[in-house]
Amino acid sequence: MKGGWFKLYALAYLVFLYAPIVLLPMFAFNDATVIAFPLNGFTTKWFSEMWVAPGLWPALKNSMIIAISTAVIATALGIFAARASTRYKFPGKAGIMGLIMLPLVLPEIIVAVSLLVVLLGIGVPLSIFTVILGHVLMTTPFTIAILSSAFQSLDRSLEEAAYDLGETPVSAFRLVILPLVMPGIISSLLISFTISLDEFIIAFFLGGTQVTLPVYIFSQFRFPQSVPVIMALGTILVALSILLLSIAEYFRRRGIAKSGGKDTGGFL
Amino acid sequence: MKRSARGAGTEASSGLLLVSPPAIYALVLLAAPLATIILYSFFTDGYLEVIREFTLANYWETWVNPLYRTVMLRSLLVSVLVTAATVLLAFPVAYFVSFHVDPSRKSLWLFLITIPFWTSYLIRVFLWKVILGYNGVVNSGLLSLGIIDEPLTFLLYNTNSVVITLAHAYAPFAILPIFVALEKIDRSLLEAGQDLGETKFATFCRVTLPLAMPGVVASVLIVFIPTIGDYVTPQLVGGPEGRMVANLIQLQYLRLDNYPLGSAIAVSAMGIVAIISLIFLGLTRRYLRAPK
Repeated sequence: MKGGWFKLYALAYLVFLYAPIVLLPMFAFNDATVIAFPLNGFTTKWFSEMWVAPGLWPALKNSMIIAISTAVIATALGIFAARASTRYKFPGKAGIMGLIMLPLVLPEIIVAVSLLVVLLGIGVPLSIFTVILGHVLMTTPFTIAILSSAFQSLDRSLEEAAYDLGETPVSAFRLVILPLVMPGIISSLLISFTISLDEFIIAFFLGGTQVTLPVYIFSQFRFPQSVPVIMALGTILVALSILLLSIAEYFRRRGIAKSGGKDTGGFL
Repeated sequence: MKRSARGAGTEASSGLLLVSPPAIYALVLLAAPLATIILYSFFTDGYLEVIREFTLANYWETWVNPLYRTVMLRSLLVSVLVTAATVLLAFPVAYFVSFHVDPSRKSLWLFLITIPFWTSYLIRVFLWKVILGYNGVVNSGLLSLGIIDEPLTFLLYNTNSVVITLAHAYAPFAILPIFVALEKIDRSLLEAGQDLGETKFATFCRVTLPLAMPGVVASVLIVFIPTIGDYVTPQLVGGPEGRMVANLIQLQYLRLDNYPLGSAIAVSAMGIVAIISLIFLGLTRRYLRAPK
């Protein structure tokens, strides 16, 4: 049998990857205030307590506003960059794309403090808006990675056919290219939404008094009695992000299949 | 290849025009702020405001004060350990998915591997605290099996716990670049190796591994660079002995309001990471030349 030991190892590795996530629902439904083993019996009270937890709903509202705005702006910027880098040759391309993709490897804390210094320096008050500025910067490289694979697998002759039939570059983009990369765009929106919803450091530094969901969760870790509620919240969040990512993956694959490319797998 | 009627000049200008919105965004909100903190790191912290006079005192403080130096060296050590652990553990998984998984199921495997990476980082880190804690999963498991008599205390709130948690967080990041490099290897080269009398292991060492090196190098960098700036993990599971450079930066900026010193620490950390990355790229350069 080929790869027997490797398969065993890979499965063990998956168990290691998923271990913390599997524990999450166990504690969310556990009837005890202390997060430890052995488990104490089944309860759903942490979920009902979650509904009345002070501060949670405003944080959720802030997070939703930030994540939706970030997803739309970052995907729009990503479309420009991905289209430019896959279709055109221009001077300084490597440098420009390198700068745009830099947040992918730059430690988030560096991005957060440098933005903080500049925003306070020019007198912009910290708010949801400044968090969106930071999140767009962080998520744009991911949208470019997804959208590039959608644009890359595009057949150039389709576009040329549209020109020959009298379309302008703008109308050809709207009528021919946009529908073909639409699955990539949906995938990019979902991924950037998920990243923004989960992002902590930038929201922590740039949010001022406006708290996002991760900042709220982080502040609650200090109070042992509110941790079970956070476990319940976490269970819902993890379920939601797995759902969103599955939809994103579905559209990403469909997009590549639609424009005739070969799936090379993975979001990156 | 057939070119459209428009010339190279217009192609360059439409490319530049198209890339300008994201490029300007990155210039204003990334390049300019980075330049600003580099500038700030040479200023002096005054009471309530920053004094704009050139000084190297912040760097002196960062590099000579044992408090800051210890944290900086520890962050470096943690990053190196995390990178080594992640890449070594990830390689066999990437190899398995690339060489032994049926092509139609590869995306499913990659999807399963990447999912944990995208889900609630904060809560995952907190759960490691639960796993490694005094009443945690590991301790209660070992107690009930009778292997230990009292809970182990060295599991949490030290450098070990930071390394374990970060290695878990960055695992998927390491697998993907290695997988991509392995996928690019022409399988007939491996057959050729074996036809010429090499054993499977020798073929792996002499053909597969050198060809996979670009992926390994990318993995190392993509894990090493962000790890050094991680804030949440040392804060939650590190305890006082596990503090890293990000905690120090946060302290200077948000608690002590000393922007110049905070900037000097941040810039020093970036500088160290950049230099180590460049040295690493230099050492592995012979593997990175494009084949053919």
